[in-house]
Parts: sequence; C-alpha cells; structure tokens
Amino acid sequence: MNVKDYLVNLPHTWCAGCGNGIILGAFIRAFKKSGIDKDKLVVVSGIGCSGRVTQYLNFDAVHTTHGRALAFATGIKLANPELKVVVMMGDGDALAIGGNHFIHSARRNIDLTVIIFNNSVYGMTGGQQSPTTQLNAKTATTPYGNLENPFNVVDLAIAAGATYVARCTTFHVKKLEKSIVEALLHKGFSVIEVITGCPTQQKVKPAELIKLQKNIKPIGVFKKEEKEEFVDKYLKLVKSVKTEKL
Amino acid sequence: MTRMELVQGNEAVVKAAINAGCRFYAGYPITPSSEIMHLMAKEMPRVGGVFIQMEDEITSIAAAIGASMAGKIAMTATSGPGFSLMQENIGYAAMAEIPVVIVDVMRVGPSTGIPTAPSQGDVMQARYGSHGDYPIIVLSPSDVLDSYVLTAKAFYLAEKYRTPVILLTDEIIGHMRESVNLPNIERVEKNMPILGEGRKLHYTGLANENGFAIYEPEKYERLIKRLFNKIECAKDVISYKIENPDAKTMIFAYGSPYRTAKAVLKIAKNVGIFKAETVFPFPERALKKASKDVEKIIVPEMNVGKIVNEVKRVVGDSCQVVSVTKLAQLVDPQAILKVIE
Repeated sequence: MNVKDYLVNLPHTWCAGCGNGIILGAFIRAFKKSGIDKDKLVVVSGIGCSGRVTQYLNFDAVHTTHGRALAFATGIKLANPELKVVVMMGDGDALAIGGNHFIHSARRNIDLTVIIFNNSVYGMTGGQQSPTTQLNAKTATTPYGNLENPFNVVDLAIAAGATYVARCTTFHVKKLEKSIVEALLHKGFSVIEVITGCPTQQKVKPAELIKLQKNIKPIGVFKKEEKEEFVDKYLKLVKSVKTEKL
Repeated sequence: MTRMELVQGNEAVVKAAINAGCRFYAGYPITPSSEIMHLMAKEMPRVGGVFIQMEDEITSIAAAIGASMAGKIAMTATSGPGFSLMQENIGYAAMAEIPVVIVDVMRVGPSTGIPTAPSQGDVMQARYGSHGDYPIIVLSPSDVLDSYVLTAKAFYLAEKYRTPVILLTDEIIGHMRESVNLPNIERVEKNMPILGEGRKLHYTGLANENGFAIYEPEKYERLIKRLFNKIECAKDVISYKIENPDAKTMIFAYGSPYRTAKAVLKIAKNVGIFKAETVFPFPERALKKASKDVEKIIVPEMNVGKIVNEVKRVVGDSCQVVSVTKLAQLVDPQAILKVIE
C-alpha cells in the first residue's frame, strides 16, 4: 500500500527533519491495518504544527481551535457514534491550553483515540516553553533555563482515567504503528504520547534528535483496561428512558 | 392542536428547540440560564437526542459545533461570563460556516456583576465579541411567546445560512412565566454535507476555499464579503414589528424593554413602537423607512446605551434620538413618559 494514497494538499509545511511526517506515516499504515472503514474515520486536530495534519489527510478532517480539538471530537462522536474519531494534538495544544479538556475527556472514558505529538516545545510560534519542556531547558521564553516541572503524560492520562495509554517515539516507528493499531481498536479513551523533536526550535540536528529518542525510557503500553465507554452508556440511557411527549 | 399553558421563558426555548429538531445540547451551568440545561438533561434522552454537561463554556460550544458537523441540529445556552468564553468558537463557526444556536440569558456584568440581575449589556458582544470580521445573526425576544418563536427561527436561520445564531434573552424573560398558546413550528432540516458520508470533508477556521487554507489577500477579501453577503442580503433574517406607524414619537425597543414600551402605549397618545426582533444585522432599511416622518425616537435599554448608537447612525439628523437607560432592572414606563413630554 502507498501512504500517499491517503494524503492530499501536498507539499506540507513541516521543516526538514520534523518528526510529524513519521507519525503521520505510522498513523496511515496503522489505520490501514486496523480495517476501519475510511468513510467512517474523522481526524480532528487543534492548532500548531501538529494541527496541520488535517490539511494533508484525505479523510473527513476537522481543524479546530487551539486546545479544543477534544471538545469538537466529543461532539462529533456523540452526534454519530458509528464514527471512529482520532484526535491529533501537540503537547502545548493537548496539555497547556487544552489540559482541562484532556483530563475531562479521559475521565469520561469517551471512545476517542488521541495521538499527542510531544516535541516539548511550541514549534510554530517560535520555540517557547511547553508543559513537557524539561527542567532547566532553554527555550525562547526560558532563556535562563526552565523553572517548571514537565508533565509526565502517561501518568497524567492514567490518573485522569484513560483506558489505553502508551508512549512511543519517532525512532521506534514499528512499535508506534503497532500501538496506534491497538489504540484505534480499543473501545474507550486511548492516548499515545509520541515523543518527537523539533530540529528548528531545539536547534538539534534531526539525526541527533532521533538518537536521543532511541534511548528514551520507558516506552510501551502502560495501561489497557476494558471499561464501559461513555457513548455506549449514554445510548443505553436513551434506550431505557421512556419516550414521552414534551 | 394547541392549548393555553403556563410556560417560563427558558422553558419556551427548550420546547421550541426540540420541536424545531434540535437533538444536541452541550452546556455548563450558569444562572440565569440553568433551567434550559436542566430541561435539556431531562428531555434530550427522551427524544433520542444528546445531552452532555461539559467542563466549561468553551467546550460546550465546541462540542455543539462538532455535533453540528456530524449531522445534529445543535445548541448551547449560557449567560454573560460563559458567553465571553464562547466567543472564540463563535468566530470559528462563522468562518467554517457551521450552524449552531447560542442562547445568552443576559445578566449584569462586567465580570460576575450582580448575580442575577437582568441586563442587555451583552448586545454589542453578541455582534462583535469574536475577533476578526464576521457576520452574525442576533435575535432578541421580549416575552415567553417570542422566546419560543424566535428560538425556532434561530434554528431555521442557522441551518439555512450555515451560521452561528445568537438568541439574546435576559433574566426577566428567562425566568418569567406567562400563559401562552404555543404555535406549531416546522422542523428544521440539515442543509450541509456532514462528516461520515465518505465525502472527505475538511473543516477549518483558517481562511479557506473548499476547506483548504488560502493566504492571498484578494481571496480572503472575497471570502469575507461572501460571508457578509450571505447574511445581509438574506430576505428572511430581519424581523420587526411596528405599532402606530403614524405617530410622531417612536420607541425603538428590543428585548424586555419592549414590555415597557407596551406599557407606555397604554398611557400616552401619539406614540409608536419599532420592535426589533432581529438586532443584528441591524434593521437599517426598515428603521429608515419607519422613521421618515418621526420627530423623536426613544431607545430604552437595560445597559448604558448601546443600540441607541446604531439608531443614531441610521436616522442621522432626520430626527431626535433619546436614550433612556436603566441598569440591573427593567426600564420604568415613567422614565419614557418623561422624555415624551
């Protein structure tokens, strides 16, 4: 199969050495393996470099506002439970401006698949500190080093109630692909944190970034739980409520 | 078919929404709009629709827009503080051309203000609250029956023109109970391609052509002009009522001050009313025509005087325009009678 069959509107705007294309490629291959109907897949993104994915994917795609992709996705999924809804967000998008929506969506265990493109920096706006920037790291807004502690995305997702949680990197492409297949087929709120890099803003050569990712530990699946999903529960409620005239 | 019943303003909004075909409600609790949410929580599952309580107003409108894209006729309701939080995504719905109805049961502000006294302080926010240039429809009922009829109209216009429509009510109308005979309303149909039909749709808040970003100023200008023309050239968006058209003094009223105007009419002679049910787009042509032989226009508002400036802009020097304002409570008929003399 050809990944390009699922892409439109190329060329893309990502910088040379950006990991976003690796994640997108892995997603397309995983989608193909999952056996999901391409007409029933909706990809929702927010704002930032990761937000651009919806411009390139030849599926139903919704490019939303900064941080709110999960809320739009919640509306889409509830409106048509037949749809498979995948949400792609960056670390700032998902965990800073959208942090509240991330924990509440996880708490509901609504059937959404979330892929977080975590490059620990705001790429599009000029390399500012994000909620996953490492302590002491220098960024455009932490010129003397970052004083804040980063989120552990896996721990956060598990604590909030996500029922499938994995971490991968753009070095471990095969594992990433496998994990995305699992997440797509999981019923409930599934989260994959993909650690990637931003050669432009972190000023590290792409090959060096990939080498750094090779050593990131731990990666893998940290949570996989069968638990009743939100939309299913709502549909059951609708069935149980006697239809009466208002 | 119909019968008299005692209905609250907020309740009328819910009845109209469900009868018009609304099947998705997302919201966050806030007084004085909460009755809308309570009723929706109860009624939506009964009609096979969706009700969800979101974590804030930002996500409430976002979920409603998402549901609209996926085929549901959708709404949310709130009051001032929540309405402020919704503004960014109202602009998104205008740009991406997604139908959604937003009810703002106005209370006094700024900030937490007086919870929960009535106000019309949000009227310009309803028009200009989101950033950038965009058109919007704002309807303003003045009683329970209006709340019902204009809610139905809001859904009709939202779906027909693929636009956000704001229904501006206030604490008085929302909490007031009146004996009404609610008419039948026609169900609204979805008028757009929806997600999940294999069309490979692309929705974005970027300036776009067919869903894909554009960067050329000329194309952007064409897009924005089209969005404005869509609303401003429509024949069925603006609704208003004129009483005593030959009177030399006219009260221009929208929302609950219309009730004050009605009270004035019972006492004073030679006074007319221009009741604007559509506040935006502003009923310019109708007002110009109606005010041709009028000497004085009185504009009662429950704010510091906002729409009065629109009235002045439209009538220019052709007649005198007087603002009568009252904050945090309904305008007294005496205040209007004073300026009539």
